[in-house]
Amino acid sequence: MTTIAPPAERTTGKLLRAKEPTTTFRQLDRRTRRFVASSAVTLFALIALSAFLLPLLFMLTSALKTEDQIANGEILPQSPGTAMIDGEEAVLLNVPFDGGTRALALVDPGRQESVFVDPADPTTEIVWEGNWRGLQPEYSLDPTWSNFGDAWSQTSPGMGRLLFNTGVIAGLGMAGTIISSTLVAYGLSRFRIPFKPLILGTLLATIILPRFVTLIPTYVMFNEFGWIGTILPLTIPHFFSNAYNVFLLRQFFLTIPKDLDEAAAIDGAGPMRTLLTVILPQAKGAVLAIALFHFFYSWNDFLEPLVFLGGATEWTPVSLGLARFVGIYDTNIPLVLAGAFIAMIIPLLVFLMLQRIFLRGIDLSGSVK
Amino acid sequence: MTTSIFTGGDRSSDATADDTGVVARRERRWGYAFISPWIIGFLVFFLMPLAASLVLSFTNYELADQDGKPTGFVGLENWRRLLSDPDVRQGAEVTFKFALVAIPLSIVLPLGIAYLMVSKHLRFPGFFRAMFYLPTMVPFVAAAIVWRFYLNGEFGWFGKLFAQVGIDVPDFGRSATMAMLSLFLIGTWGIGNAMIVNIAALNGVPKDLYEAATLDGAGRWLLFRDVTFPMISPIIFYNLVLSLVGLGQYFVVPYVLTDGSGKPDGALAFYTMYFYKQTFVLFQGGYGAALAWAMFIVIFSLTALLFWSARFWVHYEYEEK
Repeated sequence: MTTIAPPAERTTGKLLRAKEPTTTFRQLDRRTRRFVASSAVTLFALIALSAFLLPLLFMLTSALKTEDQIANGEILPQSPGTAMIDGEEAVLLNVPFDGGTRALALVDPGRQESVFVDPADPTTEIVWEGNWRGLQPEYSLDPTWSNFGDAWSQTSPGMGRLLFNTGVIAGLGMAGTIISSTLVAYGLSRFRIPFKPLILGTLLATIILPRFVTLIPTYVMFNEFGWIGTILPLTIPHFFSNAYNVFLLRQFFLTIPKDLDEAAAIDGAGPMRTLLTVILPQAKGAVLAIALFHFFYSWNDFLEPLVFLGGATEWTPVSLGLARFVGIYDTNIPLVLAGAFIAMIIPLLVFLMLQRIFLRGIDLSGSVK
Repeated sequence: MTTSIFTGGDRSSDATADDTGVVARRERRWGYAFISPWIIGFLVFFLMPLAASLVLSFTNYELADQDGKPTGFVGLENWRRLLSDPDVRQGAEVTFKFALVAIPLSIVLPLGIAYLMVSKHLRFPGFFRAMFYLPTMVPFVAAAIVWRFYLNGEFGWFGKLFAQVGIDVPDFGRSATMAMLSLFLIGTWGIGNAMIVNIAALNGVPKDLYEAATLDGAGRWLLFRDVTFPMISPIIFYNLVLSLVGLGQYFVVPYVLTDGSGKPDGALAFYTMYFYKQTFVLFQGGYGAALAWAMFIVIFSLTALLFWSARFWVHYEYEEK
């Protein structure tokens, strides 16, 4: 027992208050200040980013689970661990002792006390008093890689075919939009033609036009042609240029000095040759950009295949195939998420490899360089 | 001219377009030859279908014969039906409610992230830019699937995360509010392009304007209101137009999220989904055409209104030069 001495009586009437000096942010020296600010901002960005990308992590871990593992509530694909004791499989449970918990194999469950053994030393039996049902199983990592294989083969048609179809549709459309948009953009950037403002305005209006309003007559027309169920409605229209791509290319062509084409013209080159030998070599980046944008457009497009393939499954692209896959297997979460992963991995890889092109951004306003 | 924001302020002069000389005529002929793919495409895939759609909206046309009646004009019947159809009302309501949050969000969120990205304190800006852009590249269908299970009340992480801090999040399949919220959350995965143009716009604001305003004693808010906002207003306008256009096409995400049903209780029964159902499930071509045209009129009017409003708040620097 310690006794606390009463505080000494203070007799003076004066009271002085002092405070520990605090440093304000402004008083820190410049380097520390910059360090604190950049850590704070970067940490904030990191937290925001984590929240933003968490569903992707959820997809990855869930795609590696079994349906039981989805239900067990663990973050990673984990299963209760087991150990072989005397040729029999025994569940590993976390058994609490005074010094902490140990993962032991349950060999003889009982209500009042149970017999465990340490898998490392299976000959020594450990009797633990308490109800084993209250113990938490020892989880161990147990990913199910076969979900990806199952998703690959269980879409209809198979994932390989879906990806092939998407590739064909995207590739043909890409060729179409590159050829036609280049021609149109060239025409709109290098030639004095009447009604150009009207043409540019109309081009812009086609971006704003909701595509549902043209869908029915276009469907009827394609049906008359006998194109429903084929890839023609998904590819042929792209050979007639696209307003976004035309704007992007035209914007770029306008930055190429006119002297160059004039020099070519003096050398006797016609407009077509000027386009191919003078303009296009300088516009490679812009052409690659529109090719990529079309690739992603095609990969994404859902409505047009849904409508124009008219239920025929031969040419189903991955977007539509995946949606139908979910419709059938929507209770098998790991399988469906594995399918979603396969469907997004190619676009994501393309993006990560060519991110510069996207991060430069497209901007039709002309006010930002 | 407001359209110049999209056409890039054409610097090539059209003054000589009326020239009748041989050279000018030749140039004109070549020019039209080059743009002919677009002219044909415009006529075949835009103008004619647009007109045909309007005509069809006054008929009882069916994409596949349902009732054996011959196709003919029915006057304003489809349009009258549209005005009193409870499903149309519901679709319009759902779409409007969605737009009320989704459109402001599609402006504010990319701008906020762009602010963060251009902060001079941010380390590894290239990494962050790429990562914030990344989900934009996830195909819509795949994104809808991932979020659908991420938000799943039983197994998804979203509810579990909030449960950690004691907030009970209802399942999006049962709660109408949560269903709508899930669309906004999925929408955050599409901010990439808007973020990039915002970054470019923010970087494009001349630094001396900030210095001058700071010397005049402007605080953060005033700097934003009087310097940043006017300078980036063309980009905000551009993103607004694209959001409005996107609203008219919004279909895939709610369709995949609900397997086309619009559940729960029609909370996600978007107008576009009703159009799809009438046209390509029930084959009501005439009625579908009226539905599509009605939407076109609304979207077109809103866009026109937006372009008109631009004169009051969009600042075009190059017009003053």
